[in-house]
Amino acid sequence: MSITVSNISKSYKTVKALQHISFNVKEGELFGLIGPDGAGKTTLFRILTTLLIADEGTATVTGFEVVSEYKQIRNSVGYMPGKFSLYQDLTVEENLEFFATIFGTTIEENYDLIKDIYVQIAPFKDRRAGKLSGGMKQKLALCCALIHKPKVLFLDEPTTGVDPVSRKEFWEMLKRLQQKGITILVSTPYMDEAALCDRIALIQDGKILEIDTPNAIIKHYPKQIYNVRANNMYQLITSLNAYEHSHSVYPFGEYVHYTDKRTDFSPEDLLRYLESRKLSEIEIEKTQTTIEDTFMELAK
Amino acid sequence: MKTILYIIQKEFKQIFRNKGMLPIIFIMPILQLVILSNAATFEVKNIKFGYIDNDHTSTSRALVERFDASTYFNVLTDFPSEALASAAMLNGEVDVLLHIPTHFERDLQKEKYNNLGVTINAIDGAAAGVENVYVTQIVQRFNQNLKIDLFQISDQQIQPTSIQTIPLFWYNETLNYKTFMVPGILVLLVTMITLFLSGMNIVREKEIGTLEQINVTPIKKRQFIIGKLFPFWVIGMGLLTVGLVLAKVVFNIPMVGSLPLMYLYTSIYILVVLGIGLFISNFTETQQQAMFISWFFTVIFILMSGLFTPIESMPNWAQIITEFNPIRYFVEVMRMVMLKGSGFMDILPQLSKTLLYALVMDGLAVWSYKKTS
Repeated sequence: MSITVSNISKSYKTVKALQHISFNVKEGELFGLIGPDGAGKTTLFRILTTLLIADEGTATVTGFEVVSEYKQIRNSVGYMPGKFSLYQDLTVEENLEFFATIFGTTIEENYDLIKDIYVQIAPFKDRRAGKLSGGMKQKLALCCALIHKPKVLFLDEPTTGVDPVSRKEFWEMLKRLQQKGITILVSTPYMDEAALCDRIALIQDGKILEIDTPNAIIKHYPKQIYNVRANNMYQLITSLNAYEHSHSVYPFGEYVHYTDKRTDFSPEDLLRYLESRKLSEIEIEKTQTTIEDTFMELAK
Repeated sequence: MKTILYIIQKEFKQIFRNKGMLPIIFIMPILQLVILSNAATFEVKNIKFGYIDNDHTSTSRALVERFDASTYFNVLTDFPSEALASAAMLNGEVDVLLHIPTHFERDLQKEKYNNLGVTINAIDGAAAGVENVYVTQIVQRFNQNLKIDLFQISDQQIQPTSIQTIPLFWYNETLNYKTFMVPGILVLLVTMITLFLSGMNIVREKEIGTLEQINVTPIKKRQFIIGKLFPFWVIGMGLLTVGLVLAKVVFNIPMVGSLPLMYLYTSIYILVVLGIGLFISNFTETQQQAMFISWFFTVIFILMSGLFTPIESMPNWAQIITEFNPIRYFVEVMRMVMLKGSGFMDILPQLSKTLLYALVMDGLAVWSYKKTS
């Protein structure tokens, strides 16, 4: 096991940030922590990266205990905080060199690990980090977190505030790093990214709702979801909510994801009901369950 | 060692790239030294002087002329009445009012004795005190001449034997205020710049989030702290040098004592200031908080340093507090060494107290710096 977390709890005064969290991450696994803002993801990261001490419970990273053996952990993990936290007034190269030096290594020594990522920012190596675009900053931060060849990589919301193209690229990079044997623990509020992980933990209000592979989590979803669409979105949602058989109603892009309480649900019934509520251009069709639907269902 | 050197190098790079900070570090101290040393004077000049002459004799006019002749007083007006004079004082048109009573000359000759009224605007207490001394001096001198002019030979017998004091001002013969202000202001600059910079430096890393990244690395506490603070120690020593050069070239302050001794003391003193700065930044979350706390201590330290008001005239409890004021020792040492030429043994008490202070402060600061939050 690369990371083991057992029964971890942490409170900030009256707020219970984490309540009895337990999970394991296997070696070389890409593990996702999926949850909304304030779910406790960052607190968990800070405990695992030895920045914060849990109120109760134990955790190990690469076999070392997070409280008593924190020194060994600091040598063998890479951490990329959610907020860009490199020196904005140093250049790309200087930042990288700085982190290499304080880890007691050099850029050359582990260049093969960061090569794929670094070549993309190499043309800007004399530019100050503060003057880089959001995607470039992420790449630089990732390089800095990798420069000492860590066994485990902690990425706290690495793609928040990054454009869709850079996000996609970033996940491709993570996949490549995983193939080099690095265990990756990544957190994200984006449900679409969850499907890219080997296993995910859905987390809300400091509690883990479910841990499994993304496919298994989707399969656990008990109901058939329908995409519903009409000419008036607002009225559609209020009408569906008012429908006596409705189980869940969530807006999802240009559609509404609808599930019904009945097992023998027929879309025609719903169509007639919606028409009676003066809606037109109605479309009802079956759709695939997504992680987001599962999360909404579990978080109910 | 390599890590420390690299952090120092990084720190210097950041200081020299910070375009807003550079002028504050190097231009501001020079400007302050030049401006403050010329402006922060205890001499009171251009006193607005008014008088009410109820006597109108040659003696009363001679007295007023004395004030006119003085470079300290600007003789403004002869007020015809008390009411008008009080109104002028209220409006701030006069600072000092001299009341010459009726029959001033006649009574002096007859009684050999008379009283003069002096009213002083004491909104600025320190200035009022100085003005009082000036007035007394002028009246006394006038008094002596008067004896020769007015008194008869027969009066000689009852004239008391007068005792005269002839002061000699050692170490600052001309009582040039710049001579004792410049070393003091130099102390302030070295203290302020190093305290503010070191106080804001680590908290800045907290604010921009880089500290969190640093804390996850295996870097050692002492490596990080030494690497971060050493550049400010260098800057402090650099400031001392700039200040000493200015003191010599611009103000021609005598430097009687040994320069290496001054540098030795300053090198220890800056350790105290850096310790305080680090201590502050350990307990603050933003640069703004650090700045306000630094200011709070600087103001207290400066006002209680003996730079502007002598420590001997403070109440007992305040004197005890000044024992914990590092600026006090620095001011004392700078003045002693620069003006009096004190040697190592003379400043040993200050030096050992500062060294102790440095050990305690730096110890506390390092101890309270936590890599976990």
